[in-house]
Amino acid sequence: MKDAFGTPQSLLILGGTSDIALATARRLIARRTRTVWLAGRPSQALENAATHLRGLGAETHTITFDALDPDSHEAVLGKVFAEGDIDMVLLAFGVLGDQANDERDPVSAARVAQTNYTGAVSSALVCARALQAQGHGSLVVLSSVAAERARRSNFIYGSSKAGLDTFTQGLGDALHGTGAHVMLVRPGFVRTSMTAGRPESPFATTPEAVAVAIELGLRRRSETVWVPGSLRLVMAALRHVPRAVFRRLPL
Amino acid sequence: MPADAVPTSPAPPPAGPRRPASASAPASASVPSSAPVTVTGWGRTAPSAARLFRPRTYEEAAAAVRACGAHGARGGIARGLGRAYGDAAQNAGGAVLDMTGLDRVHAIDADGGTVLCDAGVSLHRLMEVLLPLGWFVPVTPGTRQVTVGGAIAADIHGKNHHVSGSFARHVLSLELLTADGGIRTVVPGTPLFDATAGGMGLTGVILTATVRLLPVETSWMSVDTERARDLDDLLARLTATDRYYRYSVAWIDLLARGAATGRAVLTRGDHAPLDALEALPRRNGQRPSPRTGAAASPGTPPSGSLWTPPSGSPWRASTRVRAGRSSFGEAFRFRRDMLASPLEFRTPSLPAAPSFVPDGLLGRTAMGLFNEFWYRRAPRARTDELQRLSTFFHPLDGVPHWNRIYGRSGFVQYQFVVGHGREEALRRIVDRISARRCPSFLAVLKRFGEGDPGWLSFPMPGWTLALDIPASLPGLGAFLDSLDEEVAAAGGRVYLAKDARLRPELLASMYPRLPEFRALRGELDPGGVFVSDLARRLGL
Repeated sequence: MKDAFGTPQSLLILGGTSDIALATARRLIARRTRTVWLAGRPSQALENAATHLRGLGAETHTITFDALDPDSHEAVLGKVFAEGDIDMVLLAFGVLGDQANDERDPVSAARVAQTNYTGAVSSALVCARALQAQGHGSLVVLSSVAAERARRSNFIYGSSKAGLDTFTQGLGDALHGTGAHVMLVRPGFVRTSMTAGRPESPFATTPEAVAVAIELGLRRRSETVWVPGSLRLVMAALRHVPRAVFRRLPL
Repeated sequence: MPADAVPTSPAPPPAGPRRPASASAPASASVPSSAPVTVTGWGRTAPSAARLFRPRTYEEAAAAVRACGAHGARGGIARGLGRAYGDAAQNAGGAVLDMTGLDRVHAIDADGGTVLCDAGVSLHRLMEVLLPLGWFVPVTPGTRQVTVGGAIAADIHGKNHHVSGSFARHVLSLELLTADGGIRTVVPGTPLFDATAGGMGLTGVILTATVRLLPVETSWMSVDTERARDLDDLLARLTATDRYYRYSVAWIDLLARGAATGRAVLTRGDHAPLDALEALPRRNGQRPSPRTGAAASPGTPPSGSLWTPPSGSPWRASTRVRAGRSSFGEAFRFRRDMLASPLEFRTPSLPAAPSFVPDGLLGRTAMGLFNEFWYRRAPRARTDELQRLSTFFHPLDGVPHWNRIYGRSGFVQYQFVVGHGREEALRRIVDRISARRCPSFLAVLKRFGEGDPGWLSFPMPGWTLALDIPASLPGLGAFLDSLDEEVAAAGGRVYLAKDARLRPELLASMYPRLPEFRALRGELDPGGVFVSDLARRLGL
């Protein structure tokens, strides 16, 4: 169960090698979290992450989960929920893709969309139903500021996150009053292995900062969290910039 | 002795907030409402959803319990008026049995001083019924809006713990609906009773209870107030003179720092005897004639009470009474009204707190100003002031939904006890709270008497401190965790009825009889029919 400050005792991470997810797990283990499920494609990185969290004192399990195989989601995730209550699900998987390459190769562009959107829709719905049956728990979904407005430099990734973002908003409304809580997290540019080697955008942040914001959002039972918080205002302004101008901005 | 006239018809709802703030399900449903509703404790933290049953008869309650144990159901827990601060009366994804539909007072023995009533009867209702007959509930917490069932399940204590113990000590027997759907009569001295007293509802659903009462002559309290300038002064005063008072409590200013750390206002007293009202001045400025002779001391507790003050003590020997009125006419009317109906039970009520309050309204500045005012307002020393019962015991009941003032994030109440001889731990904790400037205006220090037999009962001989803190305070979780460490290291414990955040690892050291409790629960309820969010969180 969550405590008075929204800190979960058990955590399920979809995308178990995500830097943001692991930073969040580290932070929550320092507080109350004692059980962690890491879901992802079997890899050495996943095992390393599990070993690392175990070292911090959490009972950690890994499970095989593939975002690109929605048919398996119900069975795989159902097994986790059958083991016991999950107080928080962190949906953290996603791929950035390579915009220039993906524009030339529609198949790899479709894979970005399938991972970030289709896979998330299917797994989020499975988790949402389980949380609803439990009568408690948070579903935390990592979206992105890129979901707010299409940018020339990453609109394939951005559009997939936009779909996920809209889906999550609706899911939050659907679950309102069921005891389950849905929280949308919109980080700006985060310095992670996913963005390594890419030019930084303004308002760049770190996985640790995102983890802090997630913990705060849980305490406040927030519905939307921006990281850093100032991006909320920045994006509110950018959303209304005329396209002819927006196009020329160095974003 | 035949039982007295029995008001068997369902009691009218008591005044004040009756339904838990967030449980807004249809009241008449005896079958589970199809849509789960969100339920929280009084602190309004960690909401979870459950289906609400509201049994009207014992058969309906038994049927509800059987449904809770059905395959795929997530168990059930009884709930009274929702005054547990944390998650003790929530059951995420399962059922919550709202017991306030079972609220009959079955029998009052007006000679022997006992009452047999349903578990869903509130202490407020009991006071309404009992006071005119000259009886009072043996133990009352800071609110009347708790049910008898809840009082037993949390084994509540009051300002008289140092002389009367906790609530379950005054329970002569109770009927318990257990996981198998059967009803057992449970009497003190048995393991099942000791597991149920303070057992947070996890042994079963309490249906009825027979409670021993306290005789009173009036519905007024005779109260002594004094200030303590710091924590040492406070502890010294409480240690030296607590035994002279049936009721004793200290409001403590935890925002005071430096030399004033732990400054407090002590309010102590007892039920005013009838002749204390008669001794009120007949006209302005006239002092009542001094009373002579110890035998006629108005403070002698009425016969049948559990406790008598130490002989030769100054306990209630004075008869000077302030009515708090100045003009002749007012003083006269006041005295006349009091004497005309000395047992009248009046409960003034203020407007309810608004439903929306922003987080952080009660910050350090606001609380600091309030505390300063509250401390200065109290007299340095005043004796034998007459106060209404509700003013003395339940000041916050006058403000319905006062829990809303902490805003959306709600608040946590932190209450712990450390044993006698552990004053240095208490001092350290008070210092840390003061140094951290936790905004709290409801901080209360009490001296507990003998411990109680309940396995998970909270009180133990020593010092207990309770404080409310807004949950939105940054870093509060980690801070309270560190206080827990101090408490556990000093052999103390935190109160489960108020807990919403304890680290499960510390529970076993705080409650050494937990293994027995778990074993009995495993035997009595192997299918885990009775479960709550608290039980899941702490692994009870």
